[in-house]
Amino acid sequence: MTGSQAAGTWPGPDPDPDLLVRLDGVVKHFQVLSGTLLRRSIAEVHAVDEVSLDVRRGETLGLVGETGCGKSTLARCIARLYDLTAGRVIFDGHDISTLTRRQLRPYRRELQMIFQDPYGSLNPRRRVGSIIGDPFSVHRVADGEQRKRAVQLLMAQVGLNPEHYNRFPAEFSGGQRQRIGVARALALQPKLIICDEPVSALDVSIQAQVMNLLIDLQGEYALTYVFIAHDLAVVQRVSTRVAVMYLGQVVEIAPSQELREHPRHPYTRALLSAEPIADPDRADAQERIVLRGDVPSPTSPPTGCRFHPRCPKAQPICQIQTPPLQPRFLDGATHAAACHFPLADGESLAYAHESTEQ
Amino acid sequence: MTSGRIMDITVEAAPAGAKTIEGRSPWQLALARLRRDRVAVGSAVVIGLIVLMAICAPLVAAAVGHGPNTQYRTTGLSPEGIPVGPNHTFLLGTDELGRDVLVRIFYGARISLLAGVVASLLAVATGVVVGLIAGYFGRAVDTLLSRFMDVVLSLPYLVFAIALIAVVGPGLPVSIAVIAFFSFASVGRIVRGQVLSITQKEYIEAARSLGASDLRIMFVDILPNVLAPVIVYATLLIPASIVFEATLSFLGLGVVPPTASWGGMLSESIQYYQVAWWYVVFPGAALLITTLAFNLLGDSVRDAFDPRFTSTIAS
Repeated sequence: MTGSQAAGTWPGPDPDPDLLVRLDGVVKHFQVLSGTLLRRSIAEVHAVDEVSLDVRRGETLGLVGETGCGKSTLARCIARLYDLTAGRVIFDGHDISTLTRRQLRPYRRELQMIFQDPYGSLNPRRRVGSIIGDPFSVHRVADGEQRKRAVQLLMAQVGLNPEHYNRFPAEFSGGQRQRIGVARALALQPKLIICDEPVSALDVSIQAQVMNLLIDLQGEYALTYVFIAHDLAVVQRVSTRVAVMYLGQVVEIAPSQELREHPRHPYTRALLSAEPIADPDRADAQERIVLRGDVPSPTSPPTGCRFHPRCPKAQPICQIQTPPLQPRFLDGATHAAACHFPLADGESLAYAHESTEQ
Repeated sequence: MTSGRIMDITVEAAPAGAKTIEGRSPWQLALARLRRDRVAVGSAVVIGLIVLMAICAPLVAAAVGHGPNTQYRTTGLSPEGIPVGPNHTFLLGTDELGRDVLVRIFYGARISLLAGVVASLLAVATGVVVGLIAGYFGRAVDTLLSRFMDVVLSLPYLVFAIALIAVVGPGLPVSIAVIAFFSFASVGRIVRGQVLSITQKEYIEAARSLGASDLRIMFVDILPNVLAPVIVYATLLIPASIVFEATLSFLGLGVVPPTASWGGMLSESIQYYQVAWWYVVFPGAALLITTLAFNLLGDSVRDAFDPRFTSTIAS
C-alpha cells in the first residue's frame, strides 16, 4: 500500500497504531430530488450526522439501532460506497474520505463487505465459483487453475462443498448463500470486514451457524469487524464494543458487557428491554419499556437531543441543546453516552405521567 | 480447519466414477425448454431451410439452368409478352421480363435474411450499449440518451427513410442502416429499464465494494441479467426488419434492380396479378413463411425464458 500513501496520509500527529478505522464527524445527507427534466433538491435526508467512532484492530464493533437509523449508510460511508457530505474516514492511517474510485482501488483489498440479503447480494446469472473468484479477477491476483484452487479452498473454509463450484446461487439455501458472501469477502484476506446485517435475513438456527463461522474466521485471520444488526442480542454475541445509533447519531457506545449491565441512554435501555427472554418468569419480571410515538422523519430531525420527543426523561433543555457523547457518572473512558439525564444503575425508566388515554 | 462449531459439512473428493455436479445456467435451462417445444423446433427447421435456400441459390440456378437476372424473352414470355405460368422449365413461372421466379426467390432470400439479421444485430448491439450507458450512469447522460431515443421512436420512419434515400441513393447498406436506426431505440429502452432496476441490486453494490470498474460492472454483472429480454426482442426484430426491408424495396427505396428481393418482386408483380398469379403468390408466400417462422420462434423463446413456465424444466 506504499504506492498510494501520497493519496491521503493522516495529516496530524501519528495516529494510534492500534486504530484501524477512525471516523471523524462523518455526515451523509441524501438529496430528495423532484422534477422530471430539471431536477432540484426539495429536502435532505439526514442519514448520518456527525458520527465519530474508532475501530481498533482485531475488535468487533457492533452497530445497533432501528431500521432507518443510518447504520447501513454509515457502513457504506466507511466502505466509501458513498461520498461523504462532510467529515473524514481514516483507514489504516490514510484519509480515504476524498479519494476517487481509482485511488480507492488498493484500499478495496483491505476492506470488504458482507451484505444483508443473501439473495440480492449474489448475481443470479453467474456461477458461484466466478462470484467468489471476483475479488481475484478484479484485482488481478490469481488466474485460471490457480484461481479455481483458491476459490475451492475458500469454499471449504466457510463450510461449502468445493464440488459445488459450478453451481448457481439459486441452488443454495439462504445460509449457504451467506457463506458464499463470506467467502467472497474473505478472498483477499482483508483487514476489515463490514458485516451489514449478515444474519438478519436468516433462520435463527442458521444465524448461529453463520455467526460462529464469522467468529472462527476472526480468530484465524485476525480480522476486524464492523458488525451491524438491529438485534441487540446478535450484536452482543459477537461484539467487543457496541455503538447504539438513533436517527443518524451515535447515542451510546460501550463495551458489550457494560452496555448490557449499565445502559446510560434511555434509548439503549428501551432497546435492551425489547429483547425477548426465553424464560417466561424472568420475562414477566423484566421491565418492558414501550416507547411512545414513531421515529421522527430524518428529513427534519428534532432539535437538540433527537430522542427527546419520545424520551420519558425529556426536559426542556433536551429540545434546545444537543448532549455531547461523553462518559457519564463514574464510567470509564470507553463508555460514552449522549444524554443530559443519563440513567443511573437501577433507575426505573417509566413515562413520568402515565396518561390514562393509552 | 473447520472446527466442530462450523456446520458439519465434510469436504472430500467426489468418489471415483461419480458424476460431477454442474449447475445448469438459465441459458441451458431455456435451451432445454426450447428443444421440447414443437413449434420452436418446427420454426427453427423452417428457418434453417430458408438459410439453406439462400446459401444454395447459385446451385439451384445452375441446376435449373436459369440465371437470376437473365431474361428469357422467347421461352419465358408468351407471344403476347405476358409471363408464362409454372411449367416444367419454369417451375414457379416467370415475371414480366421473362425471368425465372423460382431462381429469383432463392436469390431474394439472401437479401431478406441479410437485411433482417444484420439490421437486427446492429440494432440490438447499439440498443444494448446505449441502454446500458443510459441506465447505468443515469442523471444527465440518461436524460440525454432517453430523450434521443424518444425522438427516434416518434419520427415517421417511412417519410424519414424516403427523404434520406432520396439524398443518399438506394441500396442494401443504406436500407440496413435505416432499419437499424429505427429499431435500436426500442431495444435501448428495454435495456435501460432493466438496467435501472438491476443497478439497485445488492450484488452490484458488492461488485463496487470489490473495486470493479464501471465497464466490468456493466458487462460482467449487468449484461447477463438483461440479455434474456433482449434475445426475445431480437428474434422478434428479425421478421420486423425483413418486412421493413421488403417495404423499402416495394417502394423502390431498397435494393437496386435488377437484384432480386422479395419486396421488389411483390412491388412489380402488383401490375400483373390478374394474368400472372404465381408472380404475386410465390414471393408473398416466401415472405410470409419466413416472417411467420421467425415470429413463432420468437414467441417460443419468450416462453422459454419466462420463469412462470419453470414447471416444465427438463430433467
